[in-house]
Amino acid sequence: MSKSFDAVIAGAGIVGTACALELAKAGLCVAVVEPHVVGGGATAAGMGHVVVMDDSEAQFALTHYSQQLWQQLAEELPAFGESEQRGTIWVAADEEEMLEVRRKQAYYNARGVTAEILDAHALAEAEPNLRPGLPGGLFVPGDSVVYPPCVAAHLMRRAQDHGAVLMPGRSVTAIADNGVRLSDGTNVPMGLFVNAAGSWSPELDPGIGVKKRKGHLLITDRYPGFVHHQLVELGYLKSAHSMTSESVAFNAQPRSTGQVLIGSSRQFGAEGAEVEAHMLRRMLLRACEYMPGLARLRTVRTWTGFRAATPDKLPLIGPSPGRENRYLATGHEGLGITTSLGTAKLLADQILKRTPSIPFAPYLPSRSMEHDAHA
Amino acid sequence: MTEAHVSCDVLVVGGGPAGLTAAQVACESGAKTILLDDNPAFGGQIWRGAKHFRFDNKVLDLISDQTAAQLGTTDEPARLRKMPGWRVVAAPRPGVATAESLSETNSIHFQKLILATGARERFLPFPGWTLPNVMGAGGLQAMVKSGLPIAGKRVVIAGTGPLLLAVAEYLKQCRADVRLIAEQASGSSLFRFGLSLTSHPAKLFQAAMLKARLLTVPYLTDCWVTRAEGKDTLERVCLRQESKSWQLECDYLATGFHLIPNTELAELMGCAIENGCVKVDEDQQTSVPNVYCAGEPTGIGGVEKSVVEGRIAGLAAAGLAQEARKYHAVWRHCARFAGRLNETFRLREELKALSTDETFVCRCEDVTLAQLRECSTWRAAKLHRRCGMGPCQGRICGPAVEFLFGWKPESVRPPVFPARVESLTQADVEEKSS
Amino acid sequence: MPMPETVSLRINGKELSVAPGTTVAAAILIAGHSAFRRSVAGTPRGPLCGMGICFECRVTVNGEPHARSCQIECMPGMEVRTGD
Ligand SMILES: Cc1cc2nc3c(=O)[nH]c(=O)nc-3n(C[C@H](O)[C@H](O)[C@H](O)COP(=O)(O)OP(=O)(O)OC[C@H]3O[C@@H](n4cnc5c(N)ncnc54)[C@H](O)[C@@H]3O)c2cc1C
Ligand SMILES: Cc1cc2nc3c(=O)[nH]c(=O)nc-3n(C[C@H](O)[C@H](O)[C@H](O)COP(=O)(O)OP(=O)(O)OC[C@H]3O[C@@H](n4cnc5c(N)ncnc54)[C@H](O)[C@@H]3O)c2cc1C
Ligand code: FES
Repeated sequence: MSKSFDAVIAGAGIVGTACALELAKAGLCVAVVEPHVVGGGATAAGMGHVVVMDDSEAQFALTHYSQQLWQQLAEELPAFGESEQRGTIWVAADEEEMLEVRRKQAYYNARGVTAEILDAHALAEAEPNLRPGLPGGLFVPGDSVVYPPCVAAHLMRRAQDHGAVLMPGRSVTAIADNGVRLSDGTNVPMGLFVNAAGSWSPELDPGIGVKKRKGHLLITDRYPGFVHHQLVELGYLKSAHSMTSESVAFNAQPRSTGQVLIGSSRQFGAEGAEVEAHMLRRMLLRACEYMPGLARLRTVRTWTGFRAATPDKLPLIGPSPGRENRYLATGHEGLGITTSLGTAKLLADQILKRTPSIPFAPYLPSRSMEHDAHA
Repeated sequence: MTEAHVSCDVLVVGGGPAGLTAAQVACESGAKTILLDDNPAFGGQIWRGAKHFRFDNKVLDLISDQTAAQLGTTDEPARLRKMPGWRVVAAPRPGVATAESLSETNSIHFQKLILATGARERFLPFPGWTLPNVMGAGGLQAMVKSGLPIAGKRVVIAGTGPLLLAVAEYLKQCRADVRLIAEQASGSSLFRFGLSLTSHPAKLFQAAMLKARLLTVPYLTDCWVTRAEGKDTLERVCLRQESKSWQLECDYLATGFHLIPNTELAELMGCAIENGCVKVDEDQQTSVPNVYCAGEPTGIGGVEKSVVEGRIAGLAAAGLAQEARKYHAVWRHCARFAGRLNETFRLREELKALSTDETFVCRCEDVTLAQLRECSTWRAAKLHRRCGMGPCQGRICGPAVEFLFGWKPESVRPPVFPARVESLTQADVEEKSS
Repeated sequence: MPMPETVSLRINGKELSVAPGTTVAAAILIAGHSAFRRSVAGTPRGPLCGMGICFECRVTVNGEPHARSCQIECMPGMEVRTGD
């Protein structure tokens, strides 16, 4: 038997480490169990785009709240976090998408988020490597870019400063009322358990409706100035919402190193982590449609990652239904970097019975999980 | 965007001794063959830049001068297509390789594949190793072969392995002022190695050693470079042998620590790897059917081993495995030599202590030793410190980190070399039937 | 076709003639530059492996960045820039 903890967290991804810091800061005695490397799961695979989104009011509320928390965190992040406020440009491909640009701007502005419409000329000026003739886009200057694995490592170190303990090289294999069992046979007594195991979370809490959604990414060599803002096609919404098995969307991100990160794909039902040539190809053809010059840049590496997808596209934050003293912090799909900080606050608010800054009801795992109207 | 494809019975990747032999044998056996190499000219590391290749070995009659000259220079047999300056960067599906040249991309469809991708030097970090004019031993040799005048330049050659002697001999021939050869291996293990060679047909090493001695270049064993110094470029090196240490002014330091098999392409194809080498059966077939491997990737063993394996692989790929069997005895001989090589030139522990906190271990991303010490695995070093994330994809720092920390690099993903984005958008990848 | 005796190219704007078959890396060294580029941390670097693997010899060739000079033969009229 080892020492007893107030809370044991499974998973040292960005969500688990953010929760660890929040709970440790509140004075809880926290342990984080991680079989691999801190931030080595989806957190290492993701793009690190911290973005305000408006698929639903609940998604907006959580991303907007989180972005404000990111702005506070940015001040203390070490250089390795590669945090940069680049802003997002939502790129419209046709006049129909320009309508969406206008709707989106009105939505953001009404809620205090700065968003500026770019016409064709302004878009071409902002991003000369986009293909000529695009009608315009929406510029959201408050969005930023970070390097998630290093942020996770930073959050973990800060949690450790507040007394949290990292238990590396082991996974949680079983959970009982008063303790968890680890893969090396140790039993860790605890008060409550937090499942932050990302796309692996259903292994610990079966039946929570989280599915793996595979994504491909590619990074180039250093080409400073090739891309200036995080670029996302507005058609992205069609891809993210489609529940069909495979889709791709243009997504290009300037890293502080001068490298260009190109995404992304979405696949259900692909279990293996291997890079699939046909998905990579589709994703890159899409990217080159928007930015023809990408074709000549040199790829240094490609990889894949798994998003933890829920049917209604909102994360699960709160008590695990029907399981006493057990909480979930998972199901963040393609937004878990952004929403990790908000998630940690809302989880701690529930555990510590604090008044939350935004309502947490939309993210409670006990909500009914019907498909929303967008699908 | 370029979209083209060519097809063949046998595709040979790598045009060194193993690949040249394999391609020659395969096309002589009737197979439509493509031979490609990423260098502007064929020859591999050893025959690079030679006007025509000479292979001096009466015992084996492995490859004739005429054959080599033909492959390397003029008329090609109709069944052989040569593609110098092309590099295989991806394998989108079984039977297809994506290759790119400086400006084009091509899909190559094949029935059989022979990987003859050779080896690279192992580099170890020490203070000053990133200074310009500190080069690999094979690296400086390649530079001279490709046009760098070396006559009269002061060169120190240091590290480990028979390559140091071959390079010394070559540079001497080019009238370089080779001031010293520093071999880290112990004198006694080298002596044993030398004796073991008398039973071997390959006298290459011995001959080189003899010549180096004849040419009066000081050859010190148990000796290594502790640091390289200079303002913006190399000016001098510091050396140690037992308790003695001293400095030597020089224009170039040529330093390498034996060889590392290039197994990345084989790994990408899914071939099993054992002890850092591609695993093959007696027909040189890998664990993946129809994919063969010959030469250094199956184990560092020198040019004879590469040629024999190239011959066996070429015959087997052309459907003449039976005929290839007569070369097995020769092959076993070469393999024994390979085993002894690696024993003799084992790296000494002291080399782990050369780097200081500030020494860059990963040269692409400038990751220091101190930064790596904070990590506990290769993956952590990569994710948290960017080690191995640059364009060499860990080919230089990977073996160094493995020596220093014992961490093994992770699996290989496409592209196997940095490749243009367009090369990953070639049309004929398998569309998943869903 | 007879081989020309020399190939002329420009390195950082200065004309240089080399023997045919000379690589760009060798030409840069002949021109007297040992530092081909600056590393991420700003330290000078030159060729290491000579065989296309280390990427230390990268320069800009005819406007294309990140070209491995040890793998490219000099061509008439080539424009080479170091120091990027
Ligand atoms: C291609 C792609 C692009 C993305 N782009 C973005 C983006 O631009 N912006 C954004 O906000 N989000 C993005 N995301 C989403 C984001 O990466 C994820 O939502 C986020 O990383 C989830 O973090 P996590 O901590 O929940 O999961 P992970 O990082 O996966 O962490 C889970 C951890 O749990 C550990 N674990 C597993 N099983 C156990 C066990 N039994 N016991 C203990 N530990 C266990 C794992 O080892 C892992 O480290 C992207 C995702 C992908 C795949
Ligand atoms: C730097 C160096 C210098 C050497 N110098 C000497 C010497 O002076 N004397 C001596 O006796 N031995 C020398 N050796 C050892 C000698 O190279 C080997 O004994 C022998 O040449 C191995 O032959 P090979 O055909 O197996 O490989 P190599 O000769 O290495 O040929 C492999 C070829 O494949 C190419 N290649 C690799 N991957 C790809 C790809 N994906 N696409 C296209 N092409 C690819 C490589 O560029 C290379 O040209 C040297 C080795 C090295 C690494
Ligand atoms: S010198 Fe290593 S790639 Fe050119």
